Formats: sequence, C-alpha cells, structure tokens
Amino acid sequence: MSTVQARKEETVVSEKEGRKITVIPRYCKGCEICVALCPKSVLEIREFKVYVARIEDCNECLLCEIRCPDFAIEVEGKGKKGKS
Amino acid sequence: MAFDYDKYMRPGKLPHIWCPGCAHGIVMKSIIRAIDRVGLDKDRTVIVSGIGCASRMPGYVDFNTLHTTHGRSLAFATGVKLADPSLNVICVAGDGDALAIGGNHFIHACRRNIDITMVVFNNNIYGMTGGQFSPTTPHGKLASTTPYGNPDYAFDVVELSMGAGATYVSRGTVYHAVPLERQIADGITHKGMSVIDALCTCPTTYGRRNKLGSATDMILWFKDNTVGIKAAERLSPEERAEKILTGVFRQDIKPEYCEEYQKIIDMAKGA
Repeated sequence: MSTVQARKEETVVSEKEGRKITVIPRYCKGCEICVALCPKSVLEIREFKVYVARIEDCNECLLCEIRCPDFAIEVEGKGKKGKS
Repeated sequence: MAFDYDKYMRPGKLPHIWCPGCAHGIVMKSIIRAIDRVGLDKDRTVIVSGIGCASRMPGYVDFNTLHTTHGRSLAFATGVKLADPSLNVICVAGDGDALAIGGNHFIHACRRNIDITMVVFNNNIYGMTGGQFSPTTPHGKLASTTPYGNPDYAFDVVELSMGAGATYVSRGTVYHAVPLERQIADGITHKGMSVIDALCTCPTTYGRRNKLGSATDMILWFKDNTVGIKAAERLSPEERAEKILTGVFRQDIKPEYCEEYQKIIDMAKGA
C-alpha cells in the first residue's frame, strides 16, 4: 500500500520484524513534527528529510503518521495498535 | 494497518503548496479520515472552499469540489445544498475567509441551520497574503499590519457560532487530531449547521513574527494550553481563563432549513 500514489521508486521502505515504515522524501518538507512527537526517537532528519534511524524501537503509536502534514510517512505494523 | 488515503486523493497533486510545518495538512487528513469513518459516497459529497491557504484543500481531494470567491464558500454551499438536499456538503475556510470577508454568510448560515458542515482552519493570521492580522489574531500579537501589537480583540469562533444559532459547535486542535476527526465525523452526521473550529498553526507568518518557536513547538503548545470542556469544570476560574477550551460545546436538534423550505414548496403547490 503506497502512500498517496507515489511511484514505487520514490518510496524509502524500512522493514524489520513485520513492521514497515514507508517514507516519501519527495513529499517531506523537513518540518520535524514527526521527529519531535515520536516518543521512542525512531526518526531523525538527515539532509533536510525524515530518515528512519531506529525502526526496532517503534511501538506503532502512529503519532507521526497522523500528524505528518505532508503525507510523507506511513507506519504498518502487526496491527495491534493501528486502525483500518 | 495504516490508513489508506489513496482512495480519497487526486493523483499527482502532492506535494501540496503549504509551507513546511503548516498544520493545514493535519486538518485535511482528519477531514479525509472523518469522511471515511462516516462512509460518505465520493460522488454524493461536495467540498466547497473560498480563497486562502485553507481553501486550497479541495484541490487535493477526489470529491466534487468547488473553489469559489473570497468568503463566499457558504453562499455557494447553500445553493448546492438547496438544489439537491441529498448531497453531503462540507465547507472548508480559513479564519479570515470565514469570519471577516465571509462573516455575514457565516452568521446567516448558522442562523438558518442549513445542513452544512463548516470546518474553520483557524491559524490566527492571513497566511497567503503575507501575514496581515485576521479577526482571530489574539490581542497584542504582531502581524505585518500591526507591527506594534494588535489593538483588536479576537473573535471566539465557538461563541460566535453558538450565538448565531449553529446546532453543532465544537473546537479541536491539530495536536488532538483523532478527537478532531471524531468531531468532524459527528458534524457530518449531525442534521443542521455544524461548525468545527480547528485550531492550527502558521509557523511561517505568525509563529516566526511572534517568536513562538518552530512548527513543532507551536503544535505542542496546544497540548499544554488547551483543556477539554469536561476537565475544565474541575479547574478554578483563574486556571480556566488561561486555557483554551476544546470539545463539543453544543449538539441540539432544531428544524433544518432544507426541510422547512420543502414544506413551503409543498404548501404553495397544494394551494
């Protein structure tokens, strides 16, 4: 499931243990909202774009996904916290 | 599973024009999720907007959309709703668009109690035209046209729409995006005029001039400075005066305008 019709080659996918964080650098404006809201410090800004640094710490709270104004980040997990 | 926004977005429109850190995108996502939660048919939903940053929103979503003249979104929406009352009409407008240029349309749509959902993107400033003060800029704050502080007092969107007679009135913030989504969904299902005051941020022209910090600081400000309407009852009056109240302020049942109008049509036909 790609986020908002971005071409597949534009997405940067980080995947570990059934958890998948998709980032679209072309949409990201580097506002750092996701970085500051993430309670587990999973995300970082590298070269003005969001970068998934520590995916193993992610607890799928979806704070970053719900509050990203630019449709640039998507979290898919085991479904224990995410909603359809 | 993550939410699938693809279904409701026009292809090839992103990235959007809003500035880095602008919270309008968060309200747009909340509106899309609210529409999905209610389960509206895309072809039976109309989104109407005026002019301004917030009013660029209908361009990105795949519904029947109208981008109209400045402040007249509710006037056009009233026409759409009366032409076919079975449509679901949602209005999006910024604070200046809704309350200054379209102020009369706003209060009279509230007074008529027509079945429209109005989402006010309240960012306290005219962002697109360069940061002029708007009717919701707080007293004493700086804007490009008030370089020594704003002498005016701000409109309270909730009090204004309740006074004008809207039957569903609520206030949410972009920090509390999931309750905001719920309020918009309730506003859509409510029969009658629904006004949702969505507090958002303008880090570029408002935050920078008033030294409110980064986009993130402005969003986190809502966390500390807003309080739910039920929790506020436990606070002392002094504590409450410092906070912005959020939540559902009114949910009334009153005769709806389209139905009342249909009664007149039927009566005149029978005569």
